[in-house]
Amino acid sequence: MTEEIIIAGFGGQGVLSMGKILAYSGIMQDQEVSWMPSYGPEMRGGTANVTVIVSDDRISSPVLNFYDTAIILNQQSMDKFEKTVKPGGLLLFDPNGITHPPQRKDIKIFKIEAARLSAEMGNTKIFNMVVLGAYLKLKPIVKLENVIRGLKKSIPERYHKLIPMNEEALTMGMANSVEIFPA
Amino acid sequence: MGELKLMKGNEAIAEAAIRAGVDAYFGYPITPQSEVIEYLMAEQPENRTGMVVLQAESELAAINMVYGAAAAGKKVFTSSSSPGISLYQEGISYIAGAELPCVIANVVRGGPGLGTIQPSQADYFQSTKGGGHGDYRLYVLAPSSVQEMADFIQLGFDIAYKYRNPVMIQSDGMIGQMMEKVELADQRPRWTDEEIKQMHDSWAAFGKGDHRERNIITSLDLDSSKQEKHNHHLQAKYRKMEENEVLFEEINCEDADYLIVAYGSSARISMKSVDLARAKGIKVGLFRPITLYPFPMKQLNAYVGKVKAILSVEMSAGQLIEDVKLAVECNIPVKHFGRYGGMIHSPEEVLTALENLIKGE
Repeated sequence: MTEEIIIAGFGGQGVLSMGKILAYSGIMQDQEVSWMPSYGPEMRGGTANVTVIVSDDRISSPVLNFYDTAIILNQQSMDKFEKTVKPGGLLLFDPNGITHPPQRKDIKIFKIEAARLSAEMGNTKIFNMVVLGAYLKLKPIVKLENVIRGLKKSIPERYHKLIPMNEEALTMGMANSVEIFPA
Repeated sequence: MGELKLMKGNEAIAEAAIRAGVDAYFGYPITPQSEVIEYLMAEQPENRTGMVVLQAESELAAINMVYGAAAAGKKVFTSSSSPGISLYQEGISYIAGAELPCVIANVVRGGPGLGTIQPSQADYFQSTKGGGHGDYRLYVLAPSSVQEMADFIQLGFDIAYKYRNPVMIQSDGMIGQMMEKVELADQRPRWTDEEIKQMHDSWAAFGKGDHRERNIITSLDLDSSKQEKHNHHLQAKYRKMEENEVLFEEINCEDADYLIVAYGSSARISMKSVDLARAKGIKVGLFRPITLYPFPMKQLNAYVGKVKAILSVEMSAGQLIEDVKLAVECNIPVKHFGRYGGMIHSPEEVLTALENLIKGE
């Protein structure tokens, strides 16, 4: 199994940390992982994206042009990454702020209203965990228990009291993705 | 099995330095390498092992602190990125001339000049052919994963002390900034003063006692005949390194009609290109030099008569290709491909370059 993922959105949405938690979850179940951020001028405001690869085998290139899954969280990223999903691949997006929904007919497209759901849960900071939950429902490449173990590894101990809330957000995401295409 | 962590290459090399029992780190921040000194400052290894971490006032100061501490027999590590490494060059030449062990990491960014903060491999000449003056060589390791960033610290110090020679770890902004799984080695204790005296009494300057004459650390000898003799000694040392310390990796090379030669991050990208090419029925293998100096000359020359052409892939305008051509002595056609100035080639771009090479374009 090799899963090549791009996660793309605005800085501040938790794009990089979602990727980090996913990567740590892979380590927890003995997989190879890589996490390659776009950095530099882009880091100073604007879009943020990260390529995450989780694999049973040695990982070759950590930088890619095409992906098994694109997780897209703003319009700029939709414009840039919809076309990079491999045929038969998965596109998961949050419709909040999306003015031009995806048009591809050769990939699976799902939406997750993570911005709305996290606001309803009273904490927009767990937005990225709702998205991650939705993704893991669609592609269960890592087990939920290993995501929790990965979370414990990737956040400082003083925040470990927030883990139950993150778990709730993951569960919320798992229950709420909606298939757009093929409908 | 050691501790498993998800770390950036820059963090892994810093943690590995603490665990290798390094006595001191001297450096000056520069992107895309700053996480090394940031990690060390946050980790405060003086509380773990007594290791000194000092931000110098400039790169010139940092490399001369390395020179001084290494002269005293202490295990010293420093890191910087391309423009900073250029500022190190005078000191590196002195350290090589004075035959002092140390490990220097260059997290390469695009140049020339201040260039860009994005990854590049355009410091190959500087690392392997002598960025400073005089006939000297560095032992140059090119990590292509976060694991190797960590592992090459201990390996680097082993070589540095075995040959009393500075070691360069040449990575780049990609290996430095990406995170991967890394298995960390157990903590090694720092050498005690007594151990340093026992091991390095013949050359280090830590106070002589009554049993011997003073050790003098210098790269200066105005008597040219003596300087030539010293150079003969250095050259003999480099020949020994060439004979004994070459490292490389071969992937899918057994039945290959074509080879890609690439190191560091370009090797990682090219691994994917090899998979893409193999899926199209092209028999191509990847030859990855792990030591850039000494370069695996003989090992690459063994492909003469076996492969039809070689693609040398590097994020530069073509530096590695010169050693590839020397290795195969013009018996195999060699072409260069690479993006540069901070651009990273994609696996597909490398594949296209390979297909063009095969078509004879």
